[in-house]
Amino acid sequence: MKVVEKSQLMSATEIDRTIQRLAHEIVEKSGGTTNLALIGIRRRGAPLAQRISRAMRGIDGVDVPVGTLDITLYRDDLSMIAAQPVVQSSEIAFGVDDKDLILVDDVLYTGRTIRAAMNGLFDLGRPRRIRLCVLIDRGHRELPIEATYIGRTVQTSNTEIIEVRLNEIDREERVMLVERVS
Amino acid sequence: MPNRFSHMLGIEPLTAEQVTFILDQSKPLQEIQRHPLKKLATLRGKSAALAFFEPSTRTRISFATAAARLGADTMNLQAEVSSLRKGESLLDTVRTLDAMKPDCLVMRHSSSGAPHFVAERIGIPVINAGDGTHEHPTQALLDALTIRDRRGTLAGLNVTILGDVLHSRVARSNIQLLGKFGCKFTLSGPAMWLPRELECLAPQGSSIRRVARMEEALEGADVVLVLRVQQERHHEAALALDEYVLLYQLTPERLRRAQPDALVLHPGPMLRGLEIDPAVADGPQSCVLEQVTNGLAVRMALLLMLMLGTPTDASDVMKGAGHGAD
Repeated sequence: MKVVEKSQLMSATEIDRTIQRLAHEIVEKSGGTTNLALIGIRRRGAPLAQRISRAMRGIDGVDVPVGTLDITLYRDDLSMIAAQPVVQSSEIAFGVDDKDLILVDDVLYTGRTIRAAMNGLFDLGRPRRIRLCVLIDRGHRELPIEATYIGRTVQTSNTEIIEVRLNEIDREERVMLVERVS
Repeated sequence: MPNRFSHMLGIEPLTAEQVTFILDQSKPLQEIQRHPLKKLATLRGKSAALAFFEPSTRTRISFATAAARLGADTMNLQAEVSSLRKGESLLDTVRTLDAMKPDCLVMRHSSSGAPHFVAERIGIPVINAGDGTHEHPTQALLDALTIRDRRGTLAGLNVTILGDVLHSRVARSNIQLLGKFGCKFTLSGPAMWLPRELECLAPQGSSIRRVARMEEALEGADVVLVLRVQQERHHEAALALDEYVLLYQLTPERLRRAQPDALVLHPGPMLRGLEIDPAVADGPQSCVLEQVTNGLAVRMALLLMLMLGTPTDASDVMKGAGHGAD
């Protein structure tokens, strides 16, 4: 598959500002950080959740616990994947029972990842509430799922791809709009 | 794709990288055993046929539980209650099972090579759950996972195997697996169970020596694998059990000759007071129960790897590539 870059949607500074704003919004709408916990979805939701937690410490002075969730086992398209799917560990060191959870991911697209993540969380317990925070909402939902906190909403076509690059994983920091060409 | 397997018949043909991949895939599945809700839907709608032509309790239950926790159904065939006793051939029995359209066949058989024979003749993945005195790959994998968890590595360990090595598929698969990581083996037990030919089993980069005196064999061991005295496989004159206890039972005194943190593994079922002293079986160095729990994780990992369908359409590849985009 060949892809061409069409435009840059966010620079490193813009990503940082957006994370700061999302952290403020979460603290404001939750009325504080008590009982709150962040769950980053592997892979790029994980460092985003860490960053939001750090930003929240700056606002409220409290450490909001962060967990990482691998959703491979909960995907509904596993048997359609040609390469051997690689299952990774989830690292959630706290009980989710009665917690006020914020799921964090980089891009919200069909909603299927979020559906899988919620199934994964229910296997761990019964959270009091789950909300969703994403860096980019690109539309094209296939399930009735919406985000509570959105960094940026982007109109896209089905052949376009949002590429989020984060230092922790990609050693560069930006968000691009790319397009598949055949 | 080196990590795409079509069957799991034995450890011998695998590379160290493939073994590492399977163990890595088992890690996240260990966590599932600690979840309050242990049932996944990943293999929902798929079924695994469990054909045990030789009595088995723990391995069969482990595979059945592993399949259940992934959401798959199981079809059970046990030799004692099957038409095998009415004279049906192995191939006919297996083809009959296959006609019920399972997605995977897990089989145990008293003849070495039986799963290989079957795998060439049916169109679904076959997992060897023990064939004669040949291999028991899932046991070796769960042992390796247990050792790696406790020691952090498999590389270059001194492994002492005690007992009936001659008749043990567990010993063979373990030698094949740990040998790929450069482990050195010391075998000890009654001379009739330790023929010189066993030394040829060592994979490249490892070595096998036979030591008659058990005390000497335990000297400096990192891992002690105690085998069960398999009275059902012995064609020789019956072994004097009291003599075995005297000379070869793993007692706390004997275990002190091994490294202070040496691990004690036993594939089960364990005969307390015969090959192992209860004080060792229940002691802090014993990994017996961890082995059982890890067996679930390893078998879940293998079922996942073998039962997820193989697609042909290239567009699915793209869908799976993800790009973090949904």
